[in-house]
Amino acid sequence: MDTTSEASSAQERPKWDNKVQYLLTCVGFAVGLGNVWRFPYLCQIYGGGAFLIPYLIALVFEGLPLLYLELAIGQSLRKGSIGVWHSISPLLGGLGVASMILSFLVGLFYNTILAWVLWYFFHSFEDPLPWSQCPINDNNTGLVEECVISTPVNYFWYRQTLNISPGLETSGSLQWWLVLCLASAWSIVYICFIRGIETIGKAVYVTATFPYLVLTIFLVRALTLPGATDGLLYLFTPDWSLLADPQVWLDAATQIFFSLSLAFGGLIAFSSYNPKKNDCERDAVFVGCINSATSLYASIPIFAILGFKATSNFNACVDGNILDLTNAFDIEERNITAENYEHWLLFLNSSDPDRVSGLKLKHCVLQNFLDQSASGTGLAFIVFTEAVIEMPGSQVWAVLFFIMLFSLGLSSMFGNLEGVLTPLLDLHVVPGWMPKEIFTGLICALSFLVALIFTLGSGNYWLEIFNSYVGSVPLLVIAFFEIIGVVCFYGIKRFSDDIEFMTGRRPNLYWRVCWMGISPVMLLVVLVAYVAVQVQTHPTYPAWNPQYEKFPEPEVKPYSDWVFAVCVLLSSAPVLSIPAVAVYRLVRRQTRSPTGHSYPNPYSNQNQNQNQNPYSNPAFTADERIQTFKAL
Amino acid sequence: MRTAVLLLILLPPMVAQDLCKESKDGFKVRLSIKTALGDKAYEWNKSEMFLFQSTLAFAMRIHANRSNQETNYNIANILVCNDTQRVSFVFVVTSPDDPTQPIPKEQVERAVRLSKHRINNAFLLSDMTLEFVGIPPTLAAPIKYDTPPWLIVFGVVMGAVAVGIMALLMSTVSKRRRAKDKAAGFAEEDGGIVKENGTSLSSLKGKDGVYNQAFSSDERFTQL
Repeated sequence: MDTTSEASSAQERPKWDNKVQYLLTCVGFAVGLGNVWRFPYLCQIYGGGAFLIPYLIALVFEGLPLLYLELAIGQSLRKGSIGVWHSISPLLGGLGVASMILSFLVGLFYNTILAWVLWYFFHSFEDPLPWSQCPINDNNTGLVEECVISTPVNYFWYRQTLNISPGLETSGSLQWWLVLCLASAWSIVYICFIRGIETIGKAVYVTATFPYLVLTIFLVRALTLPGATDGLLYLFTPDWSLLADPQVWLDAATQIFFSLSLAFGGLIAFSSYNPKKNDCERDAVFVGCINSATSLYASIPIFAILGFKATSNFNACVDGNILDLTNAFDIEERNITAENYEHWLLFLNSSDPDRVSGLKLKHCVLQNFLDQSASGTGLAFIVFTEAVIEMPGSQVWAVLFFIMLFSLGLSSMFGNLEGVLTPLLDLHVVPGWMPKEIFTGLICALSFLVALIFTLGSGNYWLEIFNSYVGSVPLLVIAFFEIIGVVCFYGIKRFSDDIEFMTGRRPNLYWRVCWMGISPVMLLVVLVAYVAVQVQTHPTYPAWNPQYEKFPEPEVKPYSDWVFAVCVLLSSAPVLSIPAVAVYRLVRRQTRSPTGHSYPNPYSNQNQNQNQNPYSNPAFTADERIQTFKAL
Repeated sequence: MRTAVLLLILLPPMVAQDLCKESKDGFKVRLSIKTALGDKAYEWNKSEMFLFQSTLAFAMRIHANRSNQETNYNIANILVCNDTQRVSFVFVVTSPDDPTQPIPKEQVERAVRLSKHRINNAFLLSDMTLEFVGIPPTLAAPIKYDTPPWLIVFGVVMGAVAVGIMALLMSTVSKRRRAKDKAAGFAEEDGGIVKENGTSLSSLKGKDGVYNQAFSSDERFTQL
């Protein structure tokens, strides 16, 4: 198939230096922040070890087939997402546009999270850690009230980091420190992304492997902490009754889907730089299994540390009660211990019940502390930072933890940005005089400017909106149409031929059954169920409002109408491009004879049933004709 | 006569005890020695109490000195009572001139706050473990940095990134320039003599240039 034009286009297209770079990049893209702060949370609330069953079923029947599909079409058609879907069928070109818009929007808020990680990283070098104690108020009379009522960790996150406004209506102003951190996050992304996969391929040697090193260090440290075993038992003890709840299956399916970073177009872009003959089946299975294994591996130190934190809080609670009793009754120090506390309490209650009840002793139960679960930014910036304070050598652990989070997120950002860059490069929107470095710089600069929204006072609320509405339903819709596109428009037979050319063997029964039956059905069910669950309740969000009477509890506020309209817009804008482009192409076909198109499309003669003889089409260059003949 | 003498001798301590127990100018003190020192905890006995009385007398002297008042406070002016196993007790400070007159609460509080650090150190304790009930601990003044430390780390990171970006952009520019020079260099190779810039030619001392294998083969031309 090697004509001169094919050879020259292969020379122009960049490629990976070696297979390791490619695999590390895919693994880095798939393994992200969600593996560390979403999977352990789901494991905890859905019955520990029992959650692994729906999770693994979803991986086998939904995750791996979709992953293999994306890697295979990227490798065989050798284009970014827009080019690939246009090659399969011009009516499906909107899929690529949707993926590109989605990658851009997700990249915006994802890098803001990295900016927050950087902020905490910069502060991890201070002694004592700034989130360990409340600051003194302005007239030096006492501690800041907002901090005293909530906790120092909460205060540092909500006030000193985000400077959060009481709700979405108050936008607040740009927080200059967050703007600085956002600028540094985008600069670091730019320096790795500056020449596309040339520089990304070198950066991932560090960013994809470093998290595993840190996780191992944390694992060793966490298992030696007191209370670690309580946390681990709590995490892994299976509660089989929860498997009857459909919500568990829905969350398992969505988790595996988002965790593998499917439908972003990034995986298609990465595999398009591969040599044509590469075993993408093995790559897909490898990346999928490594991703799930990483989730499991990460949950062990996380839960050991959360168990340690629960035990520390429990001990502090009991010690507080003991101190109150000792002080009130002037008993000798160390007479009341954790062991004989109950005995003493009974004795004192019988002798002087009024004074005992006047002390308002707290009811300390370890299970309550273990139940305080958190996911997402709450886990990293509130729960984990609180645990780190208790560990000896806090600064070291804080620095390690935040560097790990940053490299996890950075390698995922590469995929997001490649999902934007590669389609644009393939569309040839880049003027010839502009070097790639300037173009990537422009993309980063534009993203930085738009992401300044998230540095406002209400930025965190907007980020949650983006997270829930952009990073959920549109992905499911795109993935569904991806499978339908390949199975119905491209044809399984032709796809199997391509795979046989690339890997040397046809896809076996398992893959074909999944692609043609199980995966699309499963995706459709998940999509419908997800939307059904979302529309049942009017969406609300928790706001941090110091003036709220029940502060420090979050004030639950509903989204106002214009905000809700923005949410709907964010969900539908990427998805709308699919029908929009399809309609546009249909209209173009009816109104004009197909004159020219920039995509060399060797298979379009088989697709264009409604068109005239493709050989009369002047758009086909001589090379394309040679290719077309050879394909026949 | 003897009873009178006896009464005179016993009266002050009895009066002192009443003064200590009933006075509203007294403060309750609580020590948590075992919590603070663990194994190295010392036992609380009369000698330690003596030390406490003397440190408090010292504190009163310092404070009185500052406000230009009478400074003759002595151990006898610090009355202690309600000693418990907890190691907590109540004390009252009496005026050196009139042992029956207690010093007002606010003055004692000010004196204690002034010298709290010295009192803590005398007992190897801290604000948490040596509590004067009713006297809040003076908060340490926040450390004022000229540049907050996080900005320093930020500056280091951003500096490294900026240097890296500059280096990469420079290497791109120089790569392009080298490619342009190479393209220009091909056009001048008809004679097989590689034209280099003046300095390197001069260093060859008039020879015909360097015979560079890479540029001599003819296949290069045909491929273009």
